Amino acid sequence: MTPEIGQLALSLALMLALVQAGTLLIGAWRVDPSLMAVGRTAASLQLIFVALAFVCLAACYVDGDYSVRLVAEHSNRAQPLIYRLGATWGSHEGSMLLWVLILSVYGCAVAAFGGSLRETLQARVVGAQGVVGAAFIGFLVFTSNPFIRLWPAPLDGAELNPILQDPGLVFHPPVLYLGYVGLSIAFSFAIAALLEGRVDSNWGRWVRPWVLAAWIFLTIGITMGSVWSYYTLGWGGWWFWDPVENASLMPWLLATALLHSCLVLEKRGALVSWTLLLAILTFSMSLVGTFLVRSGVLTSVHAFAIDAQRGVYILGIVAVLTGAALGLYAWRAPALKTGSLFGLVSKEYAITVNNLFLAAATATVFLGTFYPVFAEVFNGDKISVGPPYYSLTFAPIFMLLFVLVSFGPMLNWKRDQVVAMLRRLRLPALAAGAALVLAIAMFGVRHIMAAIGFALGAWLLVGAGIVLTRRWRLGEEGRSGLSRRIRSTPLGVWGLAFAHAGLGVTTLGITAMAGWQSNLVTSMVPGQSVVIAGKHVTLADLREVEGPNYQAGQASFRVDTLGGPRLMVSERRLFPASQTTTTQAAINVGALGNIYISVGERAPDGGVVVRLWNHPLVNFIWGGAFLMAFGGAVSLADRRLRVAVIARAPRPSAAPAPVLP
Amino acid sequence: MRRLLFLAPVVVFAGVVLAFAFGLRHDPSVLPSTLIGKPVPAFALPPVRPGDGGLASGQLTSGGGPRLLNAFASWCVSCRIEHPLLLALKAQGVPIDGLDWKDKAADGARYLVQQGDPYQRVGNDESGRVGIDLGVAGVPETFLVDGQGRVRYKQVGPITPDDWTRTIQPLMERLRRE
Repeated sequence: MTPEIGQLALSLALMLALVQAGTLLIGAWRVDPSLMAVGRTAASLQLIFVALAFVCLAACYVDGDYSVRLVAEHSNRAQPLIYRLGATWGSHEGSMLLWVLILSVYGCAVAAFGGSLRETLQARVVGAQGVVGAAFIGFLVFTSNPFIRLWPAPLDGAELNPILQDPGLVFHPPVLYLGYVGLSIAFSFAIAALLEGRVDSNWGRWVRPWVLAAWIFLTIGITMGSVWSYYTLGWGGWWFWDPVENASLMPWLLATALLHSCLVLEKRGALVSWTLLLAILTFSMSLVGTFLVRSGVLTSVHAFAIDAQRGVYILGIVAVLTGAALGLYAWRAPALKTGSLFGLVSKEYAITVNNLFLAAATATVFLGTFYPVFAEVFNGDKISVGPPYYSLTFAPIFMLLFVLVSFGPMLNWKRDQVVAMLRRLRLPALAAGAALVLAIAMFGVRHIMAAIGFALGAWLLVGAGIVLTRRWRLGEEGRSGLSRRIRSTPLGVWGLAFAHAGLGVTTLGITAMAGWQSNLVTSMVPGQSVVIAGKHVTLADLREVEGPNYQAGQASFRVDTLGGPRLMVSERRLFPASQTTTTQAAINVGALGNIYISVGERAPDGGVVVRLWNHPLVNFIWGGAFLMAFGGAVSLADRRLRVAVIARAPRPSAAPAPVLP
Repeated sequence: MRRLLFLAPVVVFAGVVLAFAFGLRHDPSVLPSTLIGKPVPAFALPPVRPGDGGLASGQLTSGGGPRLLNAFASWCVSCRIEHPLLLALKAQGVPIDGLDWKDKAADGARYLVQQGDPYQRVGNDESGRVGIDLGVAGVPETFLVDGQGRVRYKQVGPITPDDWTRTIQPLMERLRRE
């Protein structure tokens, strides 16, 4: 019964999404408040029915209803409850349902909390959201129905891919989707603005919190994915340039650009048409990513089961949504008023250049990711590009971008003085120079790239610090007002400092990993010791253990650290239901780096093959990324306050705005 | 002029969609064999079936029509799935030679007795050495070798009836006419 209820709820949600799109877009066009009210209700109802469908599917998994094909294919009785629940989004259909659920949560949130928006703008945003929703719910219903029954029903199910049976599965996809799908709001806002034919600084103020929220989730989601693959794939990398990782990186890069250009739009009313284009492209990258994962156009560790019909449908969605949006842009954007002018030395200009670099970085990732497709179109070759391509193209762009990062916050809006700007930047410049000289002195010219990396890290960290000290005017006045100035620093400024500092921390981690990572492969018998990165690692014990749904060969190691000996346990797990083996790495986490051990096959002599890595400062990479997300969250807290102030002010629609012919 | 600039994104995007649509028609997991168009590397393998002549590369290149070279093993599960199709092809008169890969000759022989024997000649490659020369990554894999002993097509994984009717059979017909 439950799957049928879910199926029905999903079909009703499709109808409601169509109603939501139709009534809101037509209602906004005719300025018909009652029609728009119907649409807003449809948005809430759509959320309720999608949520009902999702709950039904989750219930089928938790109950173990193996007459449902999806449940039978992705879970079995031996699987722990939490992974049976997580398996809800561990398959193509289930994860698509989660995608749609999050989409309707965002749509409903704008319908419910967007009260401070112009009513027609709000209606168009939620209406556009309804169009996206209808497309994807239709995709589920017509090509990827999660509720198909099996007859006869099997007594037990197959197994969720063992690599996915990890706490990472429970958190990574939902958080990532909150980011990915959240960008749809920016898209819908851009569509609404183009339909209305007016964009003003208020538009920037409204859209920025949504972009920021999506960006925070996307940052956390990508970072969690990186951590997960680090400890689960068994060879200790933190980024693989896998097509699907790139698919999440591209929206992140563009969302970062969008965050900054929205700021310019909000404060200065400039970069209007560029910001709209970015908003469209950012979500389009999410759509392209969805296409990439689910169509089988490229091979990837993440790819779901390949189905040509799904690929065609989803390419259709991408083509129609993005194509229509870009067509609308080509038609309406030229008539939008252009923003105020700004000088070459100004915050606006710095942010424009930052945007160009981020867009160029996105383009290189896009080209690298889809190179196999393009190469085949043009000369029929089967070629894909790997890390060397990215270190030649992406890395230089990003290094230059990192130099720019500390300039932006030090510049004034509209026009600034070169000399004054350079004087403000002398501290980070000094720190970077000192780091460069020190690193070359310590590690030699051979490690010049690493020295540059450390210099960039210092530049970013100190550059973030002076954002705060400049605000506090350290050294200018007496100490008396200092604590008041610290307390009155807006959360937005704190957020900016945290986010930019996070970038610096990540840079330090990447640099150390690129320069000093080392590894060792050896066969060990119990009692034997090896030395890696100056630490003694001893194989203490080998034994067989029994997990809930797997058998494991377990190897315990003793590593001597500064804080005394520590025990590390690595396992090689065999999941009999699917005959797959996974490796559970043993990781000794330290502030200055990790010792990472993954155990392999048993050797005939009673020993075992062991791979050991030294990963210097690797935790800085993720720590910095989480710090960036934290900075975003701090800034968002500030934003909410200001948005509330605007809500109390009279609706700003009274001001005359240019209307299109 | 300014309008044209605003048109650029949608034009570029249309190109990307076309490329994607083209890419969808191709399966990226199909890896081309570097041997395509090249002669089969030289080898001579001992027999699997007791008292039979084994398999040598010379026998593949000595003229005659196109033939299939099927790498299999007694321990391979997907080979058992593919096996009925090979038997059916034999019944249709398609010449197939077998390469018993990383397998003991006795096990290979028992497999052929139990499952039926679709092969004209079978060689035993216990060390997998010839498999390396041929670029065999796993079994089953099937090579289509033309009358001159050149590899013209490589199938990774079991041949499905669809693969046979859509790809391999038409190619074989064409080679026969050449």
